[in-house]
Amino acid sequence: MSAGPGLESLVDQTISVITNDGRNIVGVLKGFDQATNIILDESHERVYSTKEGVQQLVLGLYIIRGDNISVVGELDEDLDSNLDLSKLRAHPLKPVIH
Amino acid sequence: MLFFSYFKDLVGREVTVELKNDLAIRGTLHSVDQYLNIKLENTRVVDQDKYPHMLSVRNCFIRGSVVRYVQLPPEGVDIELLHDATRREARSG
Repeated sequence: MSAGPGLESLVDQTISVITNDGRNIVGVLKGFDQATNIILDESHERVYSTKEGVQQLVLGLYIIRGDNISVVGELDEDLDSNLDLSKLRAHPLKPVIH
Repeated sequence: MLFFSYFKDLVGREVTVELKNDLAIRGTLHSVDQYLNIKLENTRVVDQDKYPHMLSVRNCFIRGSVVRYVQLPPEGVDIELLHDATRREARSG
């Protein structure tokens, strides 16, 4: 089949994953498969809240099952370094309802 | 396979993908696969004030299973062509 929207181009890049339960995990993509299972290295979770800025929780090496993945975004390092996470306030994302 | 082919013809167009978590992402359709996973380029979230979670993301992969709607440009929809194709597919089973 022709080149679909695979994740090959994102390997070894920093990505931002949104999971079905609304979490946002940022890390370096190390591997993936057809089911969108993902291996993330040096990962951390960004916890959004309306009360305080974004909290970052260190997670380390993570495997995320494809079933639980909504979006995989390529993190633009320049845009991200200009972002002041401590000032960012937002409701956490809603979980996916199938 | 019908909608796979259909989306492949829309590559390069500007679309809005609404997800099952109410997040809506607008961008240029880069590619699509058999699962209707979608890759968008030059993305922006429709309501950035409410959803700043993807502010530093410009290209993204959306898993087909979480897509609720894909909003298409009107000029990208040929109703007659779709009618014919769906009828043909329905006949062949």
